[in-house]
Amino acid sequence: MSAVGFSEVHGDSHALRGLGDGFGSDRGWSGPPPKRIVTGYGFWIFILSDMIMFAALFATYAVLHDQNAGGPSGHDLFNLRNVAIETGFLLASSFTCGVASIAADARNKIWFQMAMAVTCAFGLGFLAIEANEFADFVARGAGPTRSAFLSAFFTLVGCHGLHVSAGILWLLTMMAQVFAKGFRPDIQRRILCFALFWHALDIIWIAVFTVVYLLGSAT
Amino acid sequence: MLGKLSWEVIPLDQPIPMIASGVVALSILAVLGWVVIKGHLPYLWREWITSVDHKRIGVMYTLLAMVMLLRGFIDAIMMRLQQSLAFQGPGFLSPEHYNQVFSAHGTIMIFFVAMPFMIGLMNFVVPLQLGVRDVAFPTLNSVGFWLTCTGALLVNISLIIGEFARTGWLPYPPLSELNYSPGVGVDYYLWALEIAGVGTLVAGINLVTTVLKIRTKGMSYLRMPMFCWTTLATNLLIVAAFPILTATLAMLLLDRYLGFHFFTNEAGGNVMMFMNLIWAWGHPEVYILVLPAFGIFSEVISTFSGKPLFGYRSMVAATMAICILSFMVWLHHFFTMGAGADVNAIFGIATMIIAVPTGVKVFNWLFTLYGGRIRFQTPLLWSIGFMVTFIIGGMTGVLLAVPPADFVLHNSLFLVAHFHNVIIGGVLFGAFAGYTYWFPKAFGFRLHEGLGQAAFWCWLIGFYIAFMPLYVLGLLGMTRRMQHYDVPEWHPWLIVAACGAGLILCGIVLQIVQLFVSIRRRAQLRDQTGDPWDGRTLEWATASPPPAFNFAVLPDVTGKDAYWRIKNRAAEQSHSGKKPEYQAIEMPRNSPTGFICAFFATFMGFALIWHIWWLVAAGAIGAYATFVVFAWRDEDEELISVDEVARIDRRNQAQRRAMPSGRAADR
Repeated sequence: MSAVGFSEVHGDSHALRGLGDGFGSDRGWSGPPPKRIVTGYGFWIFILSDMIMFAALFATYAVLHDQNAGGPSGHDLFNLRNVAIETGFLLASSFTCGVASIAADARNKIWFQMAMAVTCAFGLGFLAIEANEFADFVARGAGPTRSAFLSAFFTLVGCHGLHVSAGILWLLTMMAQVFAKGFRPDIQRRILCFALFWHALDIIWIAVFTVVYLLGSAT
Repeated sequence: MLGKLSWEVIPLDQPIPMIASGVVALSILAVLGWVVIKGHLPYLWREWITSVDHKRIGVMYTLLAMVMLLRGFIDAIMMRLQQSLAFQGPGFLSPEHYNQVFSAHGTIMIFFVAMPFMIGLMNFVVPLQLGVRDVAFPTLNSVGFWLTCTGALLVNISLIIGEFARTGWLPYPPLSELNYSPGVGVDYYLWALEIAGVGTLVAGINLVTTVLKIRTKGMSYLRMPMFCWTTLATNLLIVAAFPILTATLAMLLLDRYLGFHFFTNEAGGNVMMFMNLIWAWGHPEVYILVLPAFGIFSEVISTFSGKPLFGYRSMVAATMAICILSFMVWLHHFFTMGAGADVNAIFGIATMIIAVPTGVKVFNWLFTLYGGRIRFQTPLLWSIGFMVTFIIGGMTGVLLAVPPADFVLHNSLFLVAHFHNVIIGGVLFGAFAGYTYWFPKAFGFRLHEGLGQAAFWCWLIGFYIAFMPLYVLGLLGMTRRMQHYDVPEWHPWLIVAACGAGLILCGIVLQIVQLFVSIRRRAQLRDQTGDPWDGRTLEWATASPPPAFNFAVLPDVTGKDAYWRIKNRAAEQSHSGKKPEYQAIEMPRNSPTGFICAFFATFMGFALIWHIWWLVAAGAIGAYATFVVFAWRDEDEELISVDEVARIDRRNQAQRRAMPSGRAADR
């Protein structure tokens, strides 16, 4: 969804105004920017900080990825077919999350709840496959305590999984809130933040998919 | 049911922690009792604990920092006493206890004194300087503050229930791993910092968004006061660096709690990775602390010289250069740990390069003073004391940046002297300058000038007597963190250092006396104009203390030093009689969300430390429920009516006109 969409829906003439524009002259300064802009901006900064946390985990994984301690390597463990399905689920959930955002902007409750429910189902499907994978590794004696490589693997992928779980809790809360309160401006802002969060998890997953699974099973 | 918790964890056999925690508990009870008996509790709850006003939160941050400064200083004086006594003897602190004392001292001073002091001042001042009514996220601001309190509380609980870390202020593995530190000390450290770290991150996001998005009309980037610039740089660093700390400490937690192998010696773990990660956060942290202080000095020096800041643009460039360079030098914290000559050389040079923008700043301050109409009041004294002290600390820092020299001085008292030289001389002096400078804005009366100056001289001389001997001791080969020693050459220097700490204690006592005397004499010290120092920036354009909405009408900024321009224009035009057009103002409603959330976080942190898993779950559910309740409320703002705004503003304006302005009084 684009900034144009926001400004049309919310009558927000500041949406397209760049940083610092409009300052230092008398033309059209009508108070600080609207809350939707400020909230979205702040949440972007949070996402950037979250990405830096993941960057630390990625760096750790890169350092430890060949420290098997005689245990299994990624090549022995990873099942790319499962991971492909996982990725498909997450990407599809991003699409339905986008549909939910559009429905929220159009104030269409039914479409919003349906799209959110589908997003939730895809998210849960993703988590189920991941949990299954983790349980399988542990059963094969490749738990996180086996080697530094597996510690880093479980932490990086698990941290993403925790984020998805938190996202689902948030998603359900937003569904309940829209059901109870409707599309209030503050709820609209939260939906915006949730959508940013969910899409950001997709971006991180792309990196996980590439760095962990693709590179890991190649060797 | 209670995890690892039992009666044995309370150190009944050790008198020092028992007495210390007894005193702390009694004083907390005394304050609480006084509050309840005097009937202040509803006021405290309504106006402070649930407040989302950035000014109130800023004041509470600062108060937390000052209380924790006392705690950290008691640790410091115990260490100086121990080292002055423990020549060929055991001293009065056992090794286990001494190790906890220096670990707690460092942790508290960095995370619960320097950080909240700076964040408090930024919180209080920045929206006023930007000419706006609040920060971007008022309730989140409150959450951040109370989570910081949770961290501080957990560190202090460790005094009586269990123990604190014995690993130093950064828990280097493998010492901090479960095999070598099986107690709960490291867990206290880790959970306190994880929780307080969330609070700090929240504050950082809030202040970055505030500076970048919420400014008054005409307040373009290059018209912002210097303190706003350093606030921006600091909070960008918080947002970029604190997630690394969170991740690193989380990995250590996984090692300790679930047997992972990030930093262990076995199964492929890598200890050096901890050093790299922790200092990738730790070096920016140094600048997170000192950049706001640089901003404070810029404001103070310019105000008390009666001149605009010299080289404003070069100051902005220097600040942002430091912001970036601070991420490129982390390896100089472990030159001796085997990186090799080439890597060490590169990081040594990078470290020296940071001295360049810092030098630019020092010259800018000097040129601001040059030819100025200088008033030697307490805030300026702190600033000049800073310049002298910080330059010495900076030069010893450049010495340590030379890898061969570092191989000799690494982990010696020379290093300890260096970083105290920059942290006390830079950060703490800056905090005190800001405290004295903005106190009248926060409370409507000034601090007692004579006592402030006396406290300054005690601190300054005490600092030199306490820390210059440590340079000598470092060159004499004394390493840091020694519980006892047998070298006779060291003993006299350590006695001198202890005397210096005693003089600093006098400074602290004088500061406490200053606060009490100033409160008692607040009628004489009252600041009726709102502009007690003849200030230049917008915080002095409103009343002291400012109304909840800061400005009845948002100011219109036409250049740097916005309030100075307004004053000059008013003097030229001899008060244009234009009546301000008041409007009703929407302000965020107070909310207990932050306090209740931190309440649950405290229990959760405590339960995690002691493995009380049901309480962990209860705490998590409670914190989540708090946010849901907050999200469900129907009204998040309240309206201050036009009449009310007009009434408050007319009263303040009348008061201001009745008094000769600060500027007139000085001439």
